[in-house]
Amino acid sequence: MTWYAFIGAVEQGLLYGIMVLGVYLTFRVLDFPDLTVDGSLPLGAAVSAVAIANGVNAFIALIIAMVAGFLAGCVTALLNTKLRILHLLASILTMIALYSVNIRIMDGPNVSLLGVTTVLDPIMAWGLPGYLAALLLFAAVALVATVAMIWFLHTELGLAVLATGDNPRMITAQGVNTHKIIILGVGLSNALVAVSGALVAQNQGAADVNMGVGTIIAGLASVIVGETLLGRGGITRGCIAALCGSVVYRVAIAAALSFKMGRFAVTPSDLNLITALLVVLALTVPTIKARWSRR
Amino acid sequence: MIRLDGIGKRFHRGGINEVIALDEIDLHIRPGDFVTIIGSNGAGKSSLLNALAGTFAVDGGSIWLGGRDVTAWPAYRRAALIGRVFQDPLVGTCASLSIEQNLALAVRRGRGRGLGIGVKAHHRILFREQLASLGLGLEDRLKARVGLLSGGQRQALTMVMATLIQPEVLLLDEHTAALDPKTASQILDLTSRLIAARELTTLMVTHNMSHALALGNRLVMLHRGRVILDVAGKEKTRLTVEDLLARFYASQGETFASDRALLG
Ligand SMILES: Nc1ncnc2c1ncn2[C@@H]1O[C@H](COP(=O)(O)OP(=O)(O)O)[C@@H](O)[C@H]1O
Ligand SMILES: [Mg+2]
Repeated sequence: MTWYAFIGAVEQGLLYGIMVLGVYLTFRVLDFPDLTVDGSLPLGAAVSAVAIANGVNAFIALIIAMVAGFLAGCVTALLNTKLRILHLLASILTMIALYSVNIRIMDGPNVSLLGVTTVLDPIMAWGLPGYLAALLLFAAVALVATVAMIWFLHTELGLAVLATGDNPRMITAQGVNTHKIIILGVGLSNALVAVSGALVAQNQGAADVNMGVGTIIAGLASVIVGETLLGRGGITRGCIAALCGSVVYRVAIAAALSFKMGRFAVTPSDLNLITALLVVLALTVPTIKARWSRR
Repeated sequence: MIRLDGIGKRFHRGGINEVIALDEIDLHIRPGDFVTIIGSNGAGKSSLLNALAGTFAVDGGSIWLGGRDVTAWPAYRRAALIGRVFQDPLVGTCASLSIEQNLALAVRRGRGRGLGIGVKAHHRILFREQLASLGLGLEDRLKARVGLLSGGQRQALTMVMATLIQPEVLLLDEHTAALDPKTASQILDLTSRLIAARELTTLMVTHNMSHALALGNRLVMLHRGRVILDVAGKEKTRLTVEDLLARFYASQGETFASDRALLG
């Protein structure tokens, strides 16, 4: 792998790390498997790209993307809590619907961001080379998101979110409306995912309706990689592991892509298969280990 | 004050499995009453507490708590007025959170939750003091995960959580049934100490008749969703296990006799 490819992978890891934090919040904290993310990542990209193309400041566009993602998460959570649709199915419904919505927003399958001012331009104006500016900015954003998440999960409200995922009967007996908490939690998760999508689009110079495919699996794989490396512990460790897992996952993927054996080479289209296998492996290893140790 | 007026609840309504869990229950509980509730399996004891707590909506009747009609309130809203300890020690606490985080959740019962820090420094003083009164050494383990505690320790913690904010009523549903005898009697001691010290209005379900007689100032026996015995004060102190058994078998006999009559 070239140095350039490595830096690029770390950059991606940081960008998608914000999405992974969102996935961590639903899957691990709320115990709510949420596939909305495959739709809310391109939603964030679409919303921010269209906003920027219409002259909105790139940072304001991030905030608009965040709000859009939050609303998308709310839809899934409302389908689940108020209409009593199974969480997985509810999130698939929102995801599918978002495909149409995203094309409506962009008035087509993609929007180019070439030649417009993105969040990277103010940093580049300091005279830094492009790759370093991106790395610095994305590291800063990912760190802020991680710290904000850790802080939130230590607040009164955050504790209620943790308890809702762990023991809904207990937290109801403590006077918390679990429906509200699920709506808030899934909303926040998708807000993070949308911001991640918006940044990815600004970084690669385009928003595309298909850029969300496989987001959830990549997110899960990153969470699992992080947990494998740092262990499952408290919330602080979990959030840091999510971000680190994302970076390691993207670097590993980049390494796989540079792999060649004779005439065989891994192509980007193989990544979904590799990631799916990785997740299956990570999910079954504990069971297999337990079975072996029982013998 | 707690008032249940004509509370009814059927499960699987209209189906072949229809059960009448609560059958037109009228119950009037004065502030400071400590009521023990007994009855055979399926008599409706848990359903009575669930109806009060709002776990399900009742089919008919009205429920008053602390001078308010709470019949239409959802469970989380009624929780502001209710402290609860369940039979299963795992239900009352969060395993993945620390002791102090669990207590911090309980200290906000019935109040809003915002973006203030969850576990505050002045809370820790209160938590230590409350836990020390248990005599289990939990006050030195505030940061320990609750999943590491034994069933008895978790049940003691749940008792503290249920009473951290003075509840209008404390609901205990066979809260010592899942514990070993020694731990059960420790938790029962703790229960009576707490109730006496805080003058808590309490409903305690138990399957142990001598506990039902020894504790509380009032005893209610349920059978098939109805109150078949309700004694208080001096009358209760004179009651013996034999009286309760006689009463219990009489009710069984009645149903037996009526079944016979039905079969003709
Ligand atoms: N959620 C429920 N769904 C269906 N039936 C229930 C439910 N809860 C209780 N019941 C039924 O209602 C009756 C009373 O149950 P319960 O109140 O749990 O009795 P107890 O606590 O006195 O043993 C029983 O026949 C029980 O099977
Ligand atoms: Mg019961």
